[in-house]
Formats: sequence, C-alpha cells, structure tokens
Amino acid sequence: MSSVLYDAQGPRAKRRNILYTAGFLVVLAAVLWWVYKALDDKGQLEWALWKPFFSGTEAYSTYIWPGLQNTLKAAALSMVIALPLGAVLGIARLSDHAWIRVPVAMVVEFFRAIPVLVLMIFGLALFAEYTDVSSDDRPLYAVVTGLVLYNASVLAEIVRAGILALPQGQSEAAMAIGLRKNQVMRLILLPQSVTAMLPAIVSQLVVIVKDTALGGAVLTFPELLASANTMSGYYGANTIASFTVVAVIFVLINFSLTSFASWLEGRLRRRKKSTGAVLGVQDTADIAGAAGTGTAA
Amino acid sequence: MFDFLDKYDVLGAFWTTVQLTLLSAVGSLIWGTLLAAMRVGPVPLMRGFGTAYVNIVRNIPLTVIILFAALGLKDTLGISLGSDVVDTSNFRLSVLGLTVYTSAFVCEAIRAGINTVPVGQAEAARAIGLSFTQVLGLVVLPQAFRAAVGPLTNVLIALTKNTTVAAAIGVAEAALLMKEMVENEAQLLLISAIIAFGFCCLTLPTGLILGWVGKKVAVKR
Repeated sequence: MSSVLYDAQGPRAKRRNILYTAGFLVVLAAVLWWVYKALDDKGQLEWALWKPFFSGTEAYSTYIWPGLQNTLKAAALSMVIALPLGAVLGIARLSDHAWIRVPVAMVVEFFRAIPVLVLMIFGLALFAEYTDVSSDDRPLYAVVTGLVLYNASVLAEIVRAGILALPQGQSEAAMAIGLRKNQVMRLILLPQSVTAMLPAIVSQLVVIVKDTALGGAVLTFPELLASANTMSGYYGANTIASFTVVAVIFVLINFSLTSFASWLEGRLRRRKKSTGAVLGVQDTADIAGAAGTGTAA
Repeated sequence: MFDFLDKYDVLGAFWTTVQLTLLSAVGSLIWGTLLAAMRVGPVPLMRGFGTAYVNIVRNIPLTVIILFAALGLKDTLGISLGSDVVDTSNFRLSVLGLTVYTSAFVCEAIRAGINTVPVGQAEAARAIGLSFTQVLGLVVLPQAFRAAVGPLTNVLIALTKNTTVAAAIGVAEAALLMKEMVENEAQLLLISAIIAFGFCCLTLPTGLILGWVGKKVAVKR
C-alpha cells in the first residue's frame, strides 16, 4: 500500500527528498547530541558503569540470568495453564446452551476489562490471607495467577475467533455425515483452527513476557527488571546501563517471538491446503485490547 | 462494612487514572499519527526511523519504560519535567512513558486503517496531481481514521488498563490505592470488587460507545 501513496520520483522530488532527509538527520542528530550531553553531564557514560556488562560474565551469571529464568518461568507457567483454560472457555462460549454461553461470556469479558496488575495484587493478597504458600513463593504465584486469569480470557477470545473464522461449510459437512456436536468440534473444527490460531497465540506470549515485568516492579518478584534495580545498586548507580541491558534483552526475546509469529502467519496464509483462515498478529492486538466489544450472548 | 472507605479517596484515585488515560491518549494519538505518516512516506530515513521505533518500543515492557522514566530520567539525569514536587513530576513522567509506549500501537492501528483504503483512492488522488502530503492528508487519512476507530478503541482500552503501571513509580491511581487498601484492611474481596467495578465502568462503556461510533463512521464499501 505505502508505495501507492506517492509517484515514482523525478528529479525535483528526489532533490526534495534529500532535503527532507537532511532536515530529519539534523533533528535526529540534535536529539542524540542532547541525550549524549545529558548522559555525559551526569557521568553516566563512564566506562566503570558499563564495564560489568562488557567484561566478564559476573553480571550475567549473578543478576541477569537468574532474573531472566524467573521471567521465563512465570511466562511459561502462565501460558501452559492459560492455554487449556482459554480453550475450554472459548469453546464454552460457542455452546448452543445459553446457560453455559452467557455466564462464560460474562467471566471472559470481566477479566478482560480488569488490568492485569489489579489481578496480580488481588492474587498476592489472596495467597497471603487464605493459603500457606511461603512468602518467598507468593510473588511467583500471584504473578502467574494474574497472568492466567487475564490471558485465559484473551486466549478464549482467540480460540473463539479462530473457530468462527473457519468456513461454515466445515461444520455443515461434518454434521451432514452424521457427526455429533462434540465430534464436530473435536475432529473437524479444533484441529483446523489450531493452526489458524498459532500466530495469534505466539504473539500473546509476547504480551505475557512483557507483563511479568509488572511483578518485578510492584510485587517484589525477582525477575529480569527487578535484577536491573539490584544491579544498579551493586555496580554504583549505573541505572542507565542496567536498564539499557535489560531493555535490550526484552527486545531480543520479544522481537524474535514477534518475527516468528509473522513468519508463521505468512506461511499459513500461503499454504494451499488449508481453509485459508488465519488469525494474525494484529488480531491479537485487537482481541487483547477489546474489552466489552464482544457481544455478551 | 463500607466504613473503612472513608479513609481512602477512591474517586480521587480513579480520577487520576482518567487523567493519565486522557492526557496520554491525546499525546499518543498525535505522535502515533506522525509515526504512521513517516512509515508510509517517501523518505527512506523516516520510514526506517518509524519502523525501528515501533519495533523497539512495542517489544519493551511498559513497566521498564515507566520505571526508567522515574529512575533513569528523573533520579539519574535530573529531568523532572518542570516540577520539583515528587507527585507531580512522577505523574508527568508516567504520561510521558505511556505516550511513548502507546504511540507505537496507535501507529500500527492507523497503518491498519490505511490498508483498508482501496488502492484506487490513492491512485485517483495522484492522478489529479496531489502531492504526497495532500494524498495522505486529504484523501487517505480521513478514510483511514474512520476505519481505524475500532483498532484505536482497543488501544484506548488497553491504555486505560495500562495506566495502572504508573503505580510502580508511586502515582496515586487506582491500582496503588488498591495495594494500599489490601495491605491495611482485612476486606480483600470487597476492595477488589470495588476496584474491579471501577475499571469495568471505565473500559466497558468505552468499548460499547466507541464500538458503536466505529460502526457509524465506517466508510461503507
């Protein structure tokens, strides 16, 4: 689409382009210079502050790796628990019986309308008050609880959308050969929609990984972001350096997940055998944000 | 049963949530539109910048951005956005962080909107001799925005929920109040129900009203 917005460039447009490029470069350079100046004034560019990350592996083995392990553990646990739960909720929301469909729809819409942090705080207090989970384990439990409650309802919507995206003829043909309702779902609709949903599920994993950072900032869960704080205390207030390293790690993990999702989406869209129904990356963004836009019945 | 509520300013906390949402929404709508314009424009450097910005910012947790604003920008570099009062500057830094983060999603929503505008529209606009800014500003974006109301609504709802992250740097909004209340009072379920109800009141009507508006303004093709 983008190339349709402007013509192939002639000599004047080319000259103008160079002018714009130069102007933009100047602005960009000014911003970078300002950032450099601000960092330099406060002595944040001194080698001593950055050294732990570039020489030796101590910073990685003592702080970053344990934090990253916790991040990945929380994310993996949440995904593994939320996925079956979401599948059940998503299928239940497609039920023919109103007494199943309506309550499930209300639960799903409710948990999508509530911020994940609120669910995590609720989880932390819940485990403290009603269970004997040790106070060391509580943050992990709370983070996973919050993430599961929220993401199960988002995944439920992904599953529902994935099944609805299949052509009507699939279930009609299945019913015509005499399959029962649960056979239609189990043998015909689910297997086809799983592949259609894969890209959306992978990009939801990105959301989960990002949300684990909330646990570090608010619930004292010792994950990757929390390790940045510990590091900057230990290595002499190198806040900027620690945060940069942590942000780069997050970007690397999530960017590879996002790229994998897009690759998967492209591959599934090109595949000739399928029914052509694919839930893409943008669909997840829409479903994840769309509280209350689904119909409640 | 509700006596303990006298000690807390629940409405005030939700008002802060609303303020955070609205200010960041305006900021990220402007910056996100600019980013989208850069990403579809003819200048390769701007396209590259827009793409890099979106891909980097989308993949960093919002918590990292907001904590960085408080610990990095303010505490380390001394940028407190024109206020020496801790609460005010943390509020402004949160708005900054939310804007930086949300504009990446606004950019993607608008780009999705641009993709719904049929190719013929832009081709016709070029054929009558409009320049890139005119094609984008007069023909494509007005239609794209109308198609983007749906995705933008989702971004706005996500933003409303994301304002709770400001609790990480002590902005007195709803999630921080909830944390304070559950730590001091033995009314976990009631407190959670109140906070959850508050967020439902903010997000569900937004979705319903703007969903209706989105259908109303969508270009019928």
